[in-house]
Amino acid sequence: MDPIIVASKVTKTYASGFQALKGVDLTIRRGEIFALLGPNGAGKTTLIGVVCGIVNPTSGTVVADGHDVIRDYRAARAKIGLVPQELSTDTFETVWGTVSFSRGLFGKPEDAAYVEKVLRDLSLWEKRHDKIMTLSGGMKRRVLIAKALSHEPRILFLDEPTAGVDVELRRDMWKMVRSLRETGVTVILTTHYIEEAEEMADRIGVINKGEIVLVEEKAALMQKLGKKQLTLVLQRPLASLPASLSPYALELSSDKSRLVFTFQSEAERAQIAGLLRALAELGIDFRDLQTSESSLEEIFVSLVRSDA
Amino acid sequence: MNWYAIRAIYSFEMARTFRTLFQSILSPVISTSLYFIVFGSAIGSRMAEIDGVHYAAFIVPGLTMLSLLNESISNASFGIYMPRFSGTIYEVLSAPISWVEIVLGYVGAAASKSILLGSIILVTARLFVSYEVAHPLWMITFLVLTSVTFSLFGFIIGLWADGFEKLQLVPMLIVTPLTFLGGSFYSLKMLPPIWQKVTLFNPVVYLVSGFRWSFFGVSDVSVELSAAMTFVFMVLCLATARWLIRTGYRLKS
Ligand SMILES: Nc1ncnc2c1ncn2[C@@H]1O[C@H](COP(=O)(O)OP(=O)(O)OP(=O)(O)O)[C@@H](O)[C@H]1O
Ligand SMILES: [Mg+2]
Repeated sequence: MDPIIVASKVTKTYASGFQALKGVDLTIRRGEIFALLGPNGAGKTTLIGVVCGIVNPTSGTVVADGHDVIRDYRAARAKIGLVPQELSTDTFETVWGTVSFSRGLFGKPEDAAYVEKVLRDLSLWEKRHDKIMTLSGGMKRRVLIAKALSHEPRILFLDEPTAGVDVELRRDMWKMVRSLRETGVTVILTTHYIEEAEEMADRIGVINKGEIVLVEEKAALMQKLGKKQLTLVLQRPLASLPASLSPYALELSSDKSRLVFTFQSEAERAQIAGLLRALAELGIDFRDLQTSESSLEEIFVSLVRSDA
Repeated sequence: MNWYAIRAIYSFEMARTFRTLFQSILSPVISTSLYFIVFGSAIGSRMAEIDGVHYAAFIVPGLTMLSLLNESISNASFGIYMPRFSGTIYEVLSAPISWVEIVLGYVGAAASKSILLGSIILVTARLFVSYEVAHPLWMITFLVLTSVTFSLFGFIIGLWADGFEKLQLVPMLIVTPLTFLGGSFYSLKMLPPIWQKVTLFNPVVYLVSGFRWSFFGVSDVSVELSAAMTFVFMVLCLATARWLIRTGYRLKS
């Protein structure tokens, strides 16, 4: 594993005395898409602020691509692009002007061709001469993304990029994030939409009350969580499971009145038809059936709750 | 040093200036013209010459300083306060730049505007009264030094203020009185002896006196002292701005 960001024991206590980060250890891998989930006030924005130089950490260190973000801030920040959660944009500047400004601010010489590409990718090219205040909220969000990409960062932070964004723009963003990953850019995004994390992320981290409570490969997490169950409520209780049903992952409930079939893969799902047929042949009737599946959302909520 | 960043901030701020060029140049020019009409022509004709200089001409350097101070402070304070207020400051904070680039960009732009403005006022004044500049190099030195110093001062106010009222407060409560009492319209010799002493604690006295000397070769305090005091004030402002940015006071949480 090749880490690109390593946060060690990062704490942040705001002037109000509120501790927003309580010793965060987090490693982001080079080239991955990392989704940081957590309820409102969990500390996501604060953590991003510490990495990007907007929030002074109370203690702890963050190293970005080998550079300490405080001691060696010039080298570290040159590699990082940030799309903030708030829609803070200039008003009278044009789209082209504000994006060029960002590029200069991050120490890059002018490159009209590159800025054009960024604007085209974000469907902002037609709007390049428009003043930012004349744009819609979704357009402003794109402008912020264009600004963050203007200096060709290797690490991109997207703090709730799809909040208040329509379906189409959200798809566009997902596409953009994937194509960025193809060019080797590491993307860290926060979101409240679980399906977004499911769709996009390679790994998922959950933060709650200033602590990282889970970091896992999405695939492994989904495996763990993607468990589905079919419950059959029987007409008459069964004394025991008939032997002919042994090929199925069936369980008889302790009160003998329910059969629970647990399946994970598509192959196992395909067994359902056979199972029902077998039950009919055996004359086992049922009066109700229900299926349940645990989603990322469920696990997420349970994680956050159990921690409370 | 990140020169691209300095240029980006500087051009951004200058673009803001040029967007509002009309009002930012016009209002000081109009107010200065009014001063000249009232103090220079109407009242000045009844005033005796001061140090052998006609009163209308005598007030030219003081009036220019008055505008220079006001404009430097308001322009520089606004320039840094606005991004703090709107939230766009996040980008400056996350950029690979130090306090040096930030100060050069923001204060450099504000000072440039002041220098431009001071020059325009001097040209306007020439339409009302005839004056000559005895020491042009010193004149330019004071013009630049004052513009830079008070742009720095305004920048500090813009960093410190946490509301629009405070942005106006310091200029109104401190700077305007100091400029009016700083010998813009009179020679210190016209004051009672005790006030001549007290007045020396007013930094604006040195600016006006030095600036006036560069025009007419007469001054209330020595020109070296004037230059030195201005310089000291500039260094103080610079140190304060550096401290404010490096600690992130009211910039970072
Ligand atoms: N400047 C500040 N001063 C004091 N407390 C703050 C400040 N900024 C944030 N906080 C507090 O720190 C906690 C974490 O805030 P943060 O913005 O990091 O949360 P978040 O995870 O990004 O939430 P959201 O999903 O709502 O964006 C919150 O309880 C918040 O009230
Ligand atoms: Mg947030």
